[in-house]
Amino acid sequence: MSDEIKVDKVMDLKGLPCPMPVVKVSKGIKEISVGQVLEAHTTDPGALSDFPAWARTSGNEIIKTEQGGGVIKFLIKRKA
Amino acid sequence: MSTQLAQIEEQIAAMKGQLEALSAKKNEKKLSMVVFSGDLDRVLAAFIIATGAVAMGMDVVMFFTFWGTPVLRDKGKQGRDKDIMGKMFGAMLPKGACAVKLSKMNMAGMGTAMMKSLMKKKNVASLEQMIEMAGELGVQIYVCEMSMDLMGFKREEMITYPSMAFCGVAKFLEEAMTSKIQLFI
Repeated sequence: MSDEIKVDKVMDLKGLPCPMPVVKVSKGIKEISVGQVLEAHTTDPGALSDFPAWARTSGNEIIKTEQGGGVIKFLIKRKA
Repeated sequence: MSTQLAQIEEQIAAMKGQLEALSAKKNEKKLSMVVFSGDLDRVLAAFIIATGAVAMGMDVVMFFTFWGTPVLRDKGKQGRDKDIMGKMFGAMLPKGACAVKLSKMNMAGMGTAMMKSLMKKKNVASLEQMIEMAGELGVQIYVCEMSMDLMGFKREEMITYPSMAFCGVAKFLEEAMTSKIQLFI
């Protein structure tokens, strides 16, 4: 999925339920620079509404969402 | 014509001032929570919201009062110089986060034990882990001084938490006034 988009950090959050995916991603995004991209893998179906809500509130951007095999992959660009 | 222009400029300047004052007064991204309950399910929900709020970029302040107070006791610590009532409350109320029970389906502790093992199986963080994480994330905890006194709890029997202080209702209200969200749990 990351053929065209350069990913700077990958986080494996599989198996973690609420609120962990969002808590960890909010920590992880601070470890990359503004403009860089974080790829997060989660198995929490709630993340489909949680991640966009978190991104809107924290001022970051989800540039891609991909689902398959029970795993949801988010590409998040740090903007703030 | 020029006087009209001056008037308009004056009005714009006044509006700018009001706008600045308004944005300065605008509530920060802050969440204030009263944790009144000492039930495992409710306190767990409180910490899930608290840690989630930090992730959303908010400052979080939690006020523990009444039945919520014993949740913050440390099971390995003892309070000194307790009177009879204090000792009685101390013995009857849960000693820390590991001892709190579900609000429903406790079934003499069986339900709580079952819920805890289920949480472990499903990878859901325990209350103790949530409290530790809240501390790492910078969630501020205040404990109601009056509840401490009423139930005979001593400061030395409370958990070691990065930012914990003791206060009264005014401190909560001050924080609540500048919070976008206030919750009572």
